Amino acid sequence: MKKLAFLAGLLGLLACIFVPALLKNHGIYLFTYWLIYVIATMGLNLTIGYAGQKSLGHAAFFGIGAYTVAILMQAGYSFWLGLPLAALGCFVVGLALGFPALRVQTIYLAFATLGFNTAVWLVMRNEEWLTGGTFGINNIARPEAFGISFDGNLAYYYLVLAIAVVLGLLLWGLMHSPWGKAFTALRDNPIRAESLGVDIRGYTLLSFAIGAAYAGVAGALFGSLVQFIDPAPFTVEASIMMYLMVVVGGPGYFLGPLLGAAVGVILPEWLRFAQAWYLFVFGAAVVMLMIYLPDGLLSIPDRLRAKRQSREASAARAAAGVKV
Amino acid sequence: MTMSANHPVLKVTDLKKAYGAIQAVGGVSFEVRPGEIFGVIGPNGSGKTTLFNSMLGQITPDTGKIELNGEDVTQLGPLELNRRGVGRTFQTLQVFGKMTVRDNLIVAAQEHQGTMFSRMFAPSDSNLGDKADALIDQFHIKHVADKKAGELSYGQQKLVDIAMAFMSEPDLVLLDEPCAGVNPSLVGGISTLLKELNQTRKGSFVVIEHNMDFVMDLCHRIMVMVEGKVMAIGTPEEIRANKQVLDAYLGN
Repeated sequence: MKKLAFLAGLLGLLACIFVPALLKNHGIYLFTYWLIYVIATMGLNLTIGYAGQKSLGHAAFFGIGAYTVAILMQAGYSFWLGLPLAALGCFVVGLALGFPALRVQTIYLAFATLGFNTAVWLVMRNEEWLTGGTFGINNIARPEAFGISFDGNLAYYYLVLAIAVVLGLLLWGLMHSPWGKAFTALRDNPIRAESLGVDIRGYTLLSFAIGAAYAGVAGALFGSLVQFIDPAPFTVEASIMMYLMVVVGGPGYFLGPLLGAAVGVILPEWLRFAQAWYLFVFGAAVVMLMIYLPDGLLSIPDRLRAKRQSREASAARAAAGVKV
Repeated sequence: MTMSANHPVLKVTDLKKAYGAIQAVGGVSFEVRPGEIFGVIGPNGSGKTTLFNSMLGQITPDTGKIELNGEDVTQLGPLELNRRGVGRTFQTLQVFGKMTVRDNLIVAAQEHQGTMFSRMFAPSDSNLGDKADALIDQFHIKHVADKKAGELSYGQQKLVDIAMAFMSEPDLVLLDEPCAGVNPSLVGGISTLLKELNQTRKGSFVVIEHNMDFVMDLCHRIMVMVEGKVMAIGTPEEIRANKQVLDAYLGN
């Protein structure tokens, strides 16, 4: 199983490196768009999937990241200053958003984070002096580094891919350190976790902060990809969409965001033929998925394994002639 | 475990807790000595659980004092108590279902190692693998060590649950009905295990349990609670011979 997952990951990475080079501009753009959502939902997967904190405010961090870079670049600062500041800023705000989670959980926490998203969105829309309001911020340049310009679509794609891989590896490392178990313990049973010395306050706050930092990086890359931002992509609706991406991919599965973001970003493109019916088809597909695969697409291998094991176990019982 | 032999591990003094008009615990005092297995029995509603929850920092008593190794811990929460050497099991199963048995044991002790920051760079098993395997052997659950805890039978999960409480080598372990829902053959096994652990680890245990044979066989001393008050404290023999206890609790 592990080997298979590793092979799949390797094949996926190779595809990510070589396939876009064969695509036209729109295809490259879509791939970049997808990867940016992969980065954002990797962070959200940590918050929701690993640590079990129901957050409906992720798009706010995505927006804070995008505006941080856009405002700084407009003021003449480098993208390379904006990117870490976007991550850091979101980390700090994410830490603050974690505090309600120490008091309320489940749907109540979802509403608290939803309120936060709305508040951030209102600031983006109303504070024209800072954000340009509904007119947004124009002409956000793409970065360059060491004399290499990432202005071209393909070059920019590779930059995003490199950052996604680095962030993916960092998250992989974190989840395979003792932190991964602590987050899982917090999600599965916080009371028991605390009785074993797991600082559930600390891990709750950090699950929000780290998840938010990932969204901040994604937002920064998003601003530079589309080169024009207004408040529209950072609504509560966008947060719900990101939540959906995590759930569809498989919360708590490391590779879940790859599939979830693909469903959220690429499936709508494929469904263009449906035109006005697009949302209906998409909605129906999600309903079916929730009914038949409530743990997400990546739960399929686990389900098959469990099925095989129970079949083997019943065969063994039958062979031994044991009454059940 | 550095305390002298006569210094109590746990000392509870005149503990009181009321819920509205109901005095759940009405002035309870007792001591648990180093290495002692201390049983708490009493009918339903006698205040055992409220007492337990106070000792574990889940609730704050109205008045009274709880001392752990001489330190006043009355106001501390579950996390601080665990860090000071209090382990516990729960009345209902509380294993982490999606983790393997081995990982359940590792997570039960990893937070006692280093700082949060240093654990970010620690190996996945926090170098606790050998310790976990030793407990897995002792609890006879080696054949399921790599299975997800949620996939095990009730009895096996109960064993994992108890083993978890011992991973961080606590001075004091509070066991809340370790035999609840366990079949009779396993009850003996749990009793043997707890005696072994008490011998090898020198920790003190406090056990709440309704199974009288189990309590009488396992515990060095027993406290009988009735209506929020201590009716008697003594050895199993003394408790069995206590006329008042027989009338109020054991006799019926």
